[in-house]
Amino acid sequence: MSDTQTLERDDAPAAGVPEPDDAPKRVRRSPGEVINSLSLVIAPVLIAGLGVLVFVYYRSLDLENAPTQQRSALDWSDRLQPQITQHLTIAFWSSLLTIVIAIPIGVMLTRPGLRKIAPGVLAVANSGQALPAYGLLVIGITVGGQGQRTAIVALAIYALLPVLRNTMVGLEGVDRNLLEAGKGMGMTRLQVLGRIELPLAVPVIIAGVRTAVVLTIGMAALAALIGGGGLGITIFSGIKLNQTPVLLIGAAIVILIALVFDYAGALAERFLKPRGL
Amino acid sequence: MTSKAKIHLDRVAKTYPGSKVPAVDELTLDILEGEILVLVGPSGCGKSTTLRLINRMIEPSGGRIMLDGEDVTKANPDKLRRRIGYVIQQIGLFPHQTIAQNIGTVPKMLGWDKKKIAARADELLATVGLDPEQYRDRFPKELSGGQAQRVGVARALGADPDIMLMDEPFGAIDPITRDRLQNEFLRLQEELHKTIVFVTHDIDEAIKMGDRIAILGERSTIRQYDTPERILAYPVDDFVNDFIGTGSTIKGLNFQQVSSLTLPDYPAIRPEDSADVARGKLDAAGEEWLVLLDDAGHPQRWLSTDDVAAGPSTYGEKGEEVGDTLNQDDTLFTALEHMVQSAAGKSCVVDESGRFAGVVEMAHLNKAIRRAQYEAQRHYEEMERA
Ligand SMILES: Nc1ncnc2c1ncn2[C@@H]1O[C@H](COP(=O)(O)OP(=O)(O)OP(=O)(O)O)[C@@H](O)[C@H]1O
Ligand SMILES: [Mg+2]
Repeated sequence: MSDTQTLERDDAPAAGVPEPDDAPKRVRRSPGEVINSLSLVIAPVLIAGLGVLVFVYYRSLDLENAPTQQRSALDWSDRLQPQITQHLTIAFWSSLLTIVIAIPIGVMLTRPGLRKIAPGVLAVANSGQALPAYGLLVIGITVGGQGQRTAIVALAIYALLPVLRNTMVGLEGVDRNLLEAGKGMGMTRLQVLGRIELPLAVPVIIAGVRTAVVLTIGMAALAALIGGGGLGITIFSGIKLNQTPVLLIGAAIVILIALVFDYAGALAERFLKPRGL
Repeated sequence: MTSKAKIHLDRVAKTYPGSKVPAVDELTLDILEGEILVLVGPSGCGKSTTLRLINRMIEPSGGRIMLDGEDVTKANPDKLRRRIGYVIQQIGLFPHQTIAQNIGTVPKMLGWDKKKIAARADELLATVGLDPEQYRDRFPKELSGGQAQRVGVARALGADPDIMLMDEPFGAIDPITRDRLQNEFLRLQEELHKTIVFVTHDIDEAIKMGDRIAILGERSTIRQYDTPERILAYPVDDFVNDFIGTGSTIKGLNFQQVSSLTLPDYPAIRPEDSADVARGKLDAAGEEWLVLLDDAGHPQRWLSTDDVAAGPSTYGEKGEEVGDTLNQDDTLFTALEHMVQSAAGKSCVVDESGRFAGVVEMAHLNKAIRRAQYEAQRHYEEMERA
C-alpha cells in the first residue's frame, strides 16, 4: 500500500476567496482517501486471482502419477491442511504475544519517567531484528528446546520491533495540546492515556501490528527447522528433495495467507480508525 | 461585584528545572470574585506560567495558592482542575470525539448521568451561539476556527466551574471574528459572573476584557495592577507607558460617558428665528457656530455667523448637517470620533427623545482626561502614603 499522505492537501481555500473564520468548513474526501478505498476493493480481487492460480496449478500437477515423494508431500488432508493449521496457530500465538508485550512496553516507554531510556530500548529492539531470524531460533532451541512453543516465542520477539516502534511513534505523535487540554480539565494520567492518547494512536499502532502479523506469517515457515511444524515442512522438503512443485506450492500458500492477513490489516486500519480523524 | 478574593496567590514562584532565573518570581495577587483579571505583558514574561500555576498544571517551586480561602497548594491536582475551567490558546478539542462529547468531558468525569450531560452540552452550545441540532454530533475538524474557539469556551464551562482560566482564548482568529467573540463573551460574563483570569499579550484586548489588568514585566513581576481606566490615565512608569503604547489617553476616553460631563448652555435657534436673534445668541455665547433645531427640538444643522446672515429662509441650505448625535451613555471616545468629523469640531448631545441637550467640545474632553489623570495620580499617592 503506497503512502498517499502527500496527496491529502487539497483543502486549502480556493484562490482569492477568503472564507470568514466563522463559516462552517466543508468536508471533502481527499484524493488519498479515494485511492485508499479503491485499493480496498482491488486488493481482494487480486488475492483471489492468485488463489485461483495456485489452485489450478495444484490441480494440474497430476499427483496420481507423480513421484511418491511429491505425492505424499502435497497430500491435502495428510500434509497441507494440518500444516496450514499449524502455521496459523504459530502465527496467531506469536502475534498475540508480540502485541501483549510490545504495546504495554511502548506505552511505558512514552511515560515521562521512562522516556529517557526509550532510545536505548529501541536500539536493542532494532538489533534484535537485525539478527538473522534463524539465529534467533537457534538461540531459542538452546533456551527452550525444540518445538512449537519455542518457535512461537522466538518469532514473537522477532516481530516486537514494528509494534513497539509504532506504539511509541503513535503515542508521541498525539498533539501535545490535547494532552494539555485533557490534563487541564482534570483527567488523571491514566484517563489521558485511555481517552486521548491511545484512541488517537490506534491507526499507527494497527499499522505496526499489521506489519508484525505479516512478518510473523512469513517467518513462521522457519518454525519447521526447529520442529515447530507449519508450511515450512513442505517448503524445506521441496528444497531438500529438489521437487520444485512442492517448494512452489508451500511457498505460494504462505504468500496467500500473508496477503489475506495484510488485507485484513488494511481493513482494520480503515475501520478501527476513530471517527473524526 | 463583591470584593472577596476568590483566588489568592501568595508569593507564588516558579523556576523551571535547568533554568537559573525564575519564570515567576514571588508573585502575590488577589483575584476578586466575579471579575475578569487580565494578565498582560510582553512575550515570554511568564503569563502562561502564572496561569498554569493557578490550576497546578505546573507545580509552584514556592508560595501558596488559595481558592476561596482554602490552601490548594497540596490538594489533589486532578480534582482541583475539575473545579476550574481552562481554555488554552490552541483550543485542543479532542478530534476523535464529537462536539457534545468534548463539552461533556468534565461532567462525565464527575459522574453525571448521560441525559444530564447531553442536556448540558446542548445548553452550552446554545450559550456560545451554536445551534445544538446542527453541531452536537459534528467532529472538531468540521468546525471553522471561530466555531472551535466557541466550543473550547463551552467545554471549559462544562461543569459550571466558578473559576475560568483563559490563555489567549481568542488568539488565533481574524480580527472581526475575534471582536465578535470578545463581545459575546463579555455579554456571557454579565450573566455568569465567573471569576476569570485571562491572558493576552494584546493591550487593547486587555483594556476591553479586563475589570482589572495586571501588567507583567520580566519574571512575571507586577508593574501595574489596576482598572483599565486608571492604567490608561496614569501609567506608573516608562515600562507600562511603553507597553500601553501611544494613544493610551485617547483610549481612556472609552471609560468615561457623556453623562459624566456637565454641559453648559449652547446657542441654538428655531427655524423661525431671525438672523438678528441668531447673531445675538452667538455673540452672547461668544461662539462661532450655533445649532439649528427643527420644530420638535431635534438638532439639524451647524450654522456659522455667515450662514445665518440671510435669515430663516436659507437656514436649510447653509452650514453643515449635524450628523450623528450622542446619547448620555455614549463614551467620550465616541464623542471624539463625532467631533473630528463635524464641521464645528463639536458634537451634539440629545436626550432620550432625540431633543437637543447640549454640545461636547474638545475642552470637555481635555478636562475629563485631566481629571481622570489627576484622580488616578491621587489614588496612587494615597496608596503610597498608606
Ligand atoms: N516548560 C518550560 N520549561 C522551561 N522553561 C519554560 C517552560 N515554559 C516556559 N518557559 C520559560 O519561562 C518563561 C515564561 O514563559 P511563558 O510561557 O509563561 O511566557 P508567556 O508570557 O506566556 O509568553 P507568550 O506571550 O509568548 O505566550 C520564558 O522565558 C520561557 O522560555
Ligand atoms: Mg503564553
